[in-house]
Amino acid sequence: MSTTLDAGHVPAPRELTTNPRTSDKIFRGVVTGFGMTALLILTLIGLFLSIRGIQTIHMQGFGFLTRSNWEVVQTDAGTTYNLGVGAMLLGTVLISIIALVIGVPLSVALALFLTFYAPARIKTFLVSVVDLMAAFPSVLYGLWGFFVLMPLATYWGKLLFKYLNWIPIFDAPQYFFERSPFIAGVVLAIMIIPIVTSVAREVFAQTPLDRIQAAYALGATKWGVIKTVVFPFGNSGLIGGAMLGLGRAFGETVAVYSVLNIVFKVNIHILYGSGGNVASMIIQKWGESTGGETTALLAAGFILFLLTLLVNLGANFIVRNTLKSGK
Amino acid sequence: MTTDNNTPENSAEKNEGAEMTTQVASSSLANISQAHNLGKRTPGTQALGAGLEARGVHAWFGKHHALANVSLDFSAGTVTALIGPSGCGKSTFIRTLNRMHEFIPSAAMAGEVLLDGKDVYAPGTDVTKIRLQIGMVFQKPNPFPSMTIGENVLSGLKLAQLKVENKDDLLEECLVRAGLWKEVKDRLGAHAGGLSGGQQQRLCIARSLAVKPKVLLMDEPCSALDPGSTLRIEDTINELSSSMTIIIVTHNMQQAARVSDYTAFFLSEGGPGQMIEVAPTSEIFSRPQDKRTENYVSGRFG
Repeated sequence: MSTTLDAGHVPAPRELTTNPRTSDKIFRGVVTGFGMTALLILTLIGLFLSIRGIQTIHMQGFGFLTRSNWEVVQTDAGTTYNLGVGAMLLGTVLISIIALVIGVPLSVALALFLTFYAPARIKTFLVSVVDLMAAFPSVLYGLWGFFVLMPLATYWGKLLFKYLNWIPIFDAPQYFFERSPFIAGVVLAIMIIPIVTSVAREVFAQTPLDRIQAAYALGATKWGVIKTVVFPFGNSGLIGGAMLGLGRAFGETVAVYSVLNIVFKVNIHILYGSGGNVASMIIQKWGESTGGETTALLAAGFILFLLTLLVNLGANFIVRNTLKSGK
Repeated sequence: MTTDNNTPENSAEKNEGAEMTTQVASSSLANISQAHNLGKRTPGTQALGAGLEARGVHAWFGKHHALANVSLDFSAGTVTALIGPSGCGKSTFIRTLNRMHEFIPSAAMAGEVLLDGKDVYAPGTDVTKIRLQIGMVFQKPNPFPSMTIGENVLSGLKLAQLKVENKDDLLEECLVRAGLWKEVKDRLGAHAGGLSGGQQQRLCIARSLAVKPKVLLMDEPCSALDPGSTLRIEDTINELSSSMTIIIVTHNMQQAARVSDYTAFFLSEGGPGQMIEVAPTSEIFSRPQDKRTENYVSGRFG
């Protein structure tokens, strides 16, 4: 019973099939359904916002992205809109960068402490505290920022102004330091610490042991090991973590709204009490808006949606590549 | 009785094999004795490297007693091979010598390790300075992939914040001594990851040499390498042995015979690992004192 095969004949690969049980089919259906729902909701939101966005661009032109005034004029002839989110977009980026500049070094230090220095018991405790920080409602950060941090940060702002006002961003057109982008940035910095710390911790913990040992065997101090081995290994993961933090900072609404003086005017003086971000602007204008203004707010939302989506996609891509390549 | 499967035929065969191994080992030893003038290297006669002395060393991992009461002298300028079956504590032992043992959580040790007469475990000792004097090459080549070949060699200087007059000279010297210079001299700026396994291991040796250690520990440096690379590394060891004290863990008895002046045999018989016997390498392979050493070097177990 042996069949001889024609040596020159290469068969096509067979199709591999299986007939799953009913229970498996049902389970698969349920899981697929829920999974698709999430995707569907995201797509619908995107679609809805993009339609409003196109309407607004149609009405306001591309100046909507660059102008920084928000005027709704009602006359007998009807309502005219002169709307732009330039100042708010710039504010969003500015406040988020302040948050990163303050938050990322703190997070890296915290992650280094947790990974390489903390005794086991303190480590477990601190990790759960940091995770709890992520779950805190942002309105609490806003209230705390307003009542506790603002008086302190206002003082820091005055100090920075006093000694560094020759640097343009630390200058201020008027002596008014409450509710500044700087203070909003400090609040946001605290809010992004949990996510950045947790990514950094994960990346640091993956540093190959043989490289760490190689450095120690050469007479390195702990700091030397971190500088020569841990950072070069983890830096792209850290960038990813910082971008996840940036994504959170972009979208933050309530906390920023509580501590920032929202003014529709481009302001790059971070210590001066005038600024804004897209999310808090939407909250501020939402209640009294009608018609074209509402559409414009949704368009602003669409821009924020795109911005956050891009940053998060980029961050995920970088983090995943780092963890996979194990470079 | 149940484990004894040495039927007469079987053991006769094994004995034959054992004799052959011993012959091979001793003949290659003869060559090495000629080449390296073993007779000159008696303890204390040469001011090369530095002597290292382990006194009553024990090691634990948590409650597990891994190594018991090892006392060994490593004279300056000698090569000592540590042999023995897996799990007998050889690697644990050399890791106690440069205090790498303590990196494993819950690891503990007892006894003394004297470098030039000074206990490396003495309170107040700066561990980083100890590791500068006692370098280490690991089983798996572990160059720093983010650095170039040149940066790798000099990385120890940067880590220990040592100043050197002429970095280029040192770089060349280390690579020449590690036997890698000819292969990499035209691409010192290339990343270390592009080298072959054997080249990477020699790069790691060059990296250890740059901080001028007095003692070099090698933990199975050839176990991940092909025979050609292994021979290159053994040549390197022979070169280095004129200027430093070398302690090498190896599973390859021919290698021990080829490179070492002294050989120590480690064994764990259920309990913690122990050092059974130490002697000039030629004696360990030709006239071992202990029956267990004889069984091991003749290939009867392990």
